[in-house]
Amino acid sequence: MAEFLFEIGLEEVPARMIPGAEAELLRRVVALLGKEHLLPEGFEALSDAKSYSSPRRLAVYISDVLAVQPDITEEATGPAVKIAFKDGVPTPAAEAFAKKNGIAVSELKTITTPKGEYIAASTVKKGRSAAEVIASELPKELAAIYWAKNMRWIPGSTQTFVRPVQWMVCLLGDAVVPVEFAGKTAERVSFGHRVLSSGEAFEVQTPASYLAQLEGEYVLADVEARRHKIRKTLDHVCRTVPGARWREDEALVEKMTHLVEWPDVLLGSFEPEYLALPEEVLVTVMRDHQNYFALEGADGKLLPYFLAVTNISLTEANAPIIKGNNERVLRARFNDARFFWEFDQRTPLEERVKLLENVTFQKDLGTYALKSERIGALAAKLAQGIDGVDTAALAEAARLAKADLTTELVKEFTELQGVIGGLYAKSQGVSAVAADAIYDQYTPASMEDGVPRSLEGALLGVADRADTIAGMFGLGLEPTGSKDPFALRRAANSIVKILVEGELALTLQQIVEHAAKDEATATKMLNFFRDRVEFYMREVNGTSYDVVAAVLAAGFYDVRDAVARAAAVSAARGGDDFIAVSAAFKRMKNILTQANFALAADAKLAPAGVAVEDALIAKFNEVEAVVTKAAASQDYAAALASIATLRKEVDAFFEGVMVNDPDAAVRERRLTLLAKIVASVAAIADFAEIVAAG
Amino acid sequence: MKSESQKKALTFQELLFTLQKFWAEHGCVLQQPYDLEVGAGTMSPDTFLRVLGPKPINIAYAQPSRRPADGRYGENPNRLFRHTQLQVILKPPPERVQELYLQSLEAIGIVLAEHDIKFEEDNWEWPVGGAWGVGWQVMLDGQEITQFTYFQQCGGMDLDPISGEITYGLERLAQFVQDLDSVYDIVWSRDAVTGKELTFGDVRLHEEQQFSAYAFDYADVDKLWQHLNLYEEECKALLARAKDVLVEECGDTLTILRFPTMGAYELALKCSHTFNLLDARGAISVTERVGVMARIRNLIVGVAKIYAEQERLKATSNEQTLVGA
Repeated sequence: MAEFLFEIGLEEVPARMIPGAEAELLRRVVALLGKEHLLPEGFEALSDAKSYSSPRRLAVYISDVLAVQPDITEEATGPAVKIAFKDGVPTPAAEAFAKKNGIAVSELKTITTPKGEYIAASTVKKGRSAAEVIASELPKELAAIYWAKNMRWIPGSTQTFVRPVQWMVCLLGDAVVPVEFAGKTAERVSFGHRVLSSGEAFEVQTPASYLAQLEGEYVLADVEARRHKIRKTLDHVCRTVPGARWREDEALVEKMTHLVEWPDVLLGSFEPEYLALPEEVLVTVMRDHQNYFALEGADGKLLPYFLAVTNISLTEANAPIIKGNNERVLRARFNDARFFWEFDQRTPLEERVKLLENVTFQKDLGTYALKSERIGALAAKLAQGIDGVDTAALAEAARLAKADLTTELVKEFTELQGVIGGLYAKSQGVSAVAADAIYDQYTPASMEDGVPRSLEGALLGVADRADTIAGMFGLGLEPTGSKDPFALRRAANSIVKILVEGELALTLQQIVEHAAKDEATATKMLNFFRDRVEFYMREVNGTSYDVVAAVLAAGFYDVRDAVARAAAVSAARGGDDFIAVSAAFKRMKNILTQANFALAADAKLAPAGVAVEDALIAKFNEVEAVVTKAAASQDYAAALASIATLRKEVDAFFEGVMVNDPDAAVRERRLTLLAKIVASVAAIADFAEIVAAG
Repeated sequence: MKSESQKKALTFQELLFTLQKFWAEHGCVLQQPYDLEVGAGTMSPDTFLRVLGPKPINIAYAQPSRRPADGRYGENPNRLFRHTQLQVILKPPPERVQELYLQSLEAIGIVLAEHDIKFEEDNWEWPVGGAWGVGWQVMLDGQEITQFTYFQQCGGMDLDPISGEITYGLERLAQFVQDLDSVYDIVWSRDAVTGKELTFGDVRLHEEQQFSAYAFDYADVDKLWQHLNLYEEECKALLARAKDVLVEECGDTLTILRFPTMGAYELALKCSHTFNLLDARGAISVTERVGVMARIRNLIVGVAKIYAEQERLKATSNEQTLVGA
């Protein structure tokens, strides 16, 4: 057995792609060695395999790999004994089978199968050495790694990878495995930090010494250690400003972790006069354009400092230079932003509305001026059934919402659209309700974000996105497979989130009905939304797939209601009575389906004169009254608790009578009873979808 | 008071000399700037056309790049109507080309150990030229000083071999090495005898003022449209002729070789610059923009296809004839 190390050295890999690729390489190596029987018994992927990465390398370490594959004995079954041997003499069939397996007829065995006696051949396949397997199979795994964007670089070759491969290290114990990939052959030499190390290749002594040796070359290849060091150093440096803390920004910590090999943190400052600019602008410039962390005081207000993660250790010699340069870049960017902020305000949003006639939304859907009109009309219709909406402010917000697309600041910082419009609106005397709605119109941008602060903001956001989805669907531009160029799935996800978490009393049907221009588009949109509701329940709320299926089968137009039903079903599903009852429902549904039974609208339940049947009727009437009342007030927990009490009577019923009685009238009566029971809960969930073992 | 680093720093022209010398010593042919208005060094035929086809090249040139909409009448310390890129094309790129690039920074006095260097993903795309590549923006102490791209496609065609492109923003780099807040304060030259210095402002400010005024205030919109249409017409006529020459007379190498694809390319570039002027003048609505860009794309991609075909025929035809030509 030997330790194994593989490292592939690359020119800087995009930070966003590293975590996925590191995990995939580990998974592929472990799967390969497992499939090839090269992992020892008791191998634990979590503790015996490790992966490392830096912007310039991906690596996998395995504590134990078998030196050779075990020999494999394969047994092939041949013809029946009575065909293979006549009177104890081998027939041509036996000879052919022995030849095919490369053994003599005398080596054939007889085995007993349920079908009788057969001849069989055992052959031993010699195991290959681990080095041989790795050299021949690992390149295929490397080539199969998924990259969001690939490149070619080798002349005359179609080889692609994320960036040019610079070197590979592949060690099995002391020995180099000369894996060949992308024009390179694995050796034992690796490279350290571009600047801090000597820049010369160094020899990796053993797989186990890899990480420490790299650290000696100023590369912290353990991602967790690097992330930890960045966070710790951010904290540490931040403490030099009294009372300050850095704005937590997990995404930026992650990005910086995968952008440096040897992190340090620098504290920079800027002139306090820039704090007169909106915080949103300052933070966007720092975070999105410079990768800086913002600092805030105890009151949550920005302080005139920033933290920059460097890819080099800071010393007394280099720190002042690096600090000064970073500060100058930031100052220039803030100056640009300030210029735009002031320049933009010379033209009020009100005047900019006209300019939207020159801004195309989509060539077949016209300009943003037209879109604004549609959003206004749609938002007004959606607002009709909702109490407490400031309709005048909503109309004004819709009219001004897109005007900031013509500002220089939004052209420069597109991620601030909406936000800039809201800020300008406020400073230009637009009502606070309208200004906030404009500000919030693109919220949530992702499932991690919150929802708009007001009903007006929520309605504006729903109307804008519904208009986009309806327009694109109307043109046949709906998402297909992994292609969603207009981010319509994200738009629909946001609508679902707003409906659920924004407490907006709207159904998807109402939205689609007002937004879609024809029936066919409406149908497509509703199907599309169904998937988004499912996504929300599963990915955001973590509801199990069978509960989602059960609840959605009972309707999804009212998303808030569907989510409430899902919560109640999820909570109830563990109970014994509930499991039994849902199994019974499945049975009832099957019986009804097989009988092709349709419940008449005026069907009534009358005493049957059969004890278990009458008991079930009585219990059902009791339960139905509770369910109807509870469901009306969306108290689904109470409704489900009541349904679960049916268990005793249902069990007794199925035990005591046969539904498919030969007497047609009796059969009809019993099917009616089952159909009424199934129908009574059909609006909450289709219990037949619930998986009992869950 | 000037800091030590400012005193030692190269002037703007020394910076250019040094980088040119560095790349010349690493096998690059130094070409002169292309004598036509372009928006980026990439658009010079020394990049856009020469990355096509199989023939290896190493070439470097400083290319003035005009971006009318970025003009600020000389009043913004960081934005220019016309700036200068140093463009290096390495086809195919050598092994460890990044290390070579870092050496070029050391050559202009940047001591790497004193700075924070990061290669951050930044992929390049020029849809009008059917061109894209992957690469990085090279960040030095938070400032982007270089765009580094591995070209993958040009004129909508896969490239083989691919080219490595290194684009230095010379004004930014000079501001960086001279430690200055304004581009206009860059020391352009220093008289070796008297020590008298000329700044970027001394040399270039009047151009910025005048070209900004032309682009924003004076340019005649109707005439610009006429120019655009005329350039386009002539370019399209040439592209149509090219089909006859390449398809029907493909036996005649000299005729093929003399066919003025580069002339067609210049007409397409003129369209592109005229479009940019119209844009800066506020004369192109967003709706029109898409349509006009598609027209120019047709020209540029058309030129690239013909140029690539010419290169292919040249490579496969009789060497003797080519030498004679």
